[in-house]
Amino acid sequence: MINIRNVHKCFGDLEVLKGIDLDVNKGEVLSIIGGSGSGKSTLLYCINAIENIQKGQIIVDDIDVHAKKTYQDKLRQKLGMVFQQWNSFPHLTVLENAALAPRIVKKLSREESIEVAKQELEHVGLGDKFDVYPTKMSGGQQQRLAIARALAMKPDYMLFDEITSALDPELVGEVLDTLRLLREDGMTMICVTHEIAFAREVSDQVAFFNEGIIEEMGTPEQVISNPQKETTQKFLSKVL
Amino acid sequence: MGSLFTPLSWNDTGFILTGVWNTVIISVVAIGFGTLLGVIVGFIRAESNRLVNTLLGGILDIFRSVPLIIQLILFSTYIGAIGHPLEPFVAGSIVLSLYSMAFMSEVFRSGFESVHKSMQIAARSLGMSYWQTIFYIRLPIGLRAVFPSWLGVALSVIKDSALVSVIGYMELLRTSDQLISRTQQPLEILIGVGIFYFIISYPLSLYGRYVERKMAL
Ligand SMILES: Nc1ncnc2c1ncn2[C@@H]1O[C@H](COP(=O)(O)OP(=O)(O)OP(=O)(O)O)[C@@H](O)[C@H]1O
Ligand SMILES: [Mg+2]
Repeated sequence: MINIRNVHKCFGDLEVLKGIDLDVNKGEVLSIIGGSGSGKSTLLYCINAIENIQKGQIIVDDIDVHAKKTYQDKLRQKLGMVFQQWNSFPHLTVLENAALAPRIVKKLSREESIEVAKQELEHVGLGDKFDVYPTKMSGGQQQRLAIARALAMKPDYMLFDEITSALDPELVGEVLDTLRLLREDGMTMICVTHEIAFAREVSDQVAFFNEGIIEEMGTPEQVISNPQKETTQKFLSKVL
Repeated sequence: MGSLFTPLSWNDTGFILTGVWNTVIISVVAIGFGTLLGVIVGFIRAESNRLVNTLLGGILDIFRSVPLIIQLILFSTYIGAIGHPLEPFVAGSIVLSLYSMAFMSEVFRSGFESVHKSMQIAARSLGMSYWQTIFYIRLPIGLRAVFPSWLGVALSVIKDSALVSVIGYMELLRTSDQLISRTQQPLEILIGVGIFYFIISYPLSLYGRYVERKMAL
């Protein structure tokens, strides 16, 4: 379970998150929508301890993410993250991309790490690409590799930051299908997305971010189909 | 009637090979240390703030802009003058290593900087530590990216090693110089020496082109 309490985050003088409260239960899917610069990515980075926070608290399974005593490298193993840019490791084959972290971070044996990597790659439909170098693949395939690479660490949560935004339109579908698959597996996910239709379809909760606060939050029916706030309505009318 | 000069003969082979060997060995030493130090200095430069960078850059600029021949003479004379004369090989290796380090550190720095911050964040998000990210991600990607430029520096170090002859190191050029004074056959000998340098360097540059082509795919 992820609990976010009154989180404030500043970059210098710029306050990017101004008191965020959120709860994500095991097995739930939360989608975060909102305009550019509203702080969506920043929140994911704070959950993953890539960024620190100035005020408030983020608790992941009883671990206080930003407490001094927290071992953040270890914490990140619980939280898989996929970014807008897929960031495939270009010097490693597809299989090595997915097997590296299990081997060097989790200290699995070479065979075990290759075993989990193969499993996850097959799961996202890259079973025939083990020995290919990622730069030879399409963006959609590389993004699925990024998902498999994160899944190979067997995380309890997955954080997705606009993972289809940099893709050619015809490649978006295959990546969204992979997310649907994860949802069916019961993975707990936070998806920052501009794909409103997709958010409505898969989410348990939707949060609309506006200038560092959660303007509106609820089920997809509430937030996307019947938004109450004017800012939400305006945003949705622009993107839908 | 005996001549003052004795023509080049097969008996000189051993002498020439010693020169070849000495050129190879000092090049290998200088390229090896230059690379090792260059990776470290290049990494420090990629990671540090402007102040440290300006300081380091200034020092490296000295190595890069003072002609190698002057560095060699200054260093070996100074070391001798303060009472610690060094073998020409040792003095030459030190100067040539630092000289190649100065060029290689720039090469490696640009390699490390070519690995985007987002790539490092992706690695950290998988649970890798700072040092794991460096050794498994940044180093291999950065080194590959600059391999062709590194090879260019390495090849020029091989050629520059000829200058170590000025402090008395018996490498290929000095060897041939002595042969020339004895035999008075400069044309044959210098062409031979040129061919030797070519034989040492050309396979390397071919290999570099091969790797470059392979990586461009
Ligand atoms: N490292 C940083 N240093 C300074 N400012 C930053 C940094 N990262 C983000 N910001 C600023 O924080 C604000 C929120 O950025 P963030 O990336 O979280 O927005 P976002 O909601 O993800 O937007 P987008 O939809 O464009 O991705 C922006 O104004 C951005 O310029
Ligand atoms: Mg963003």
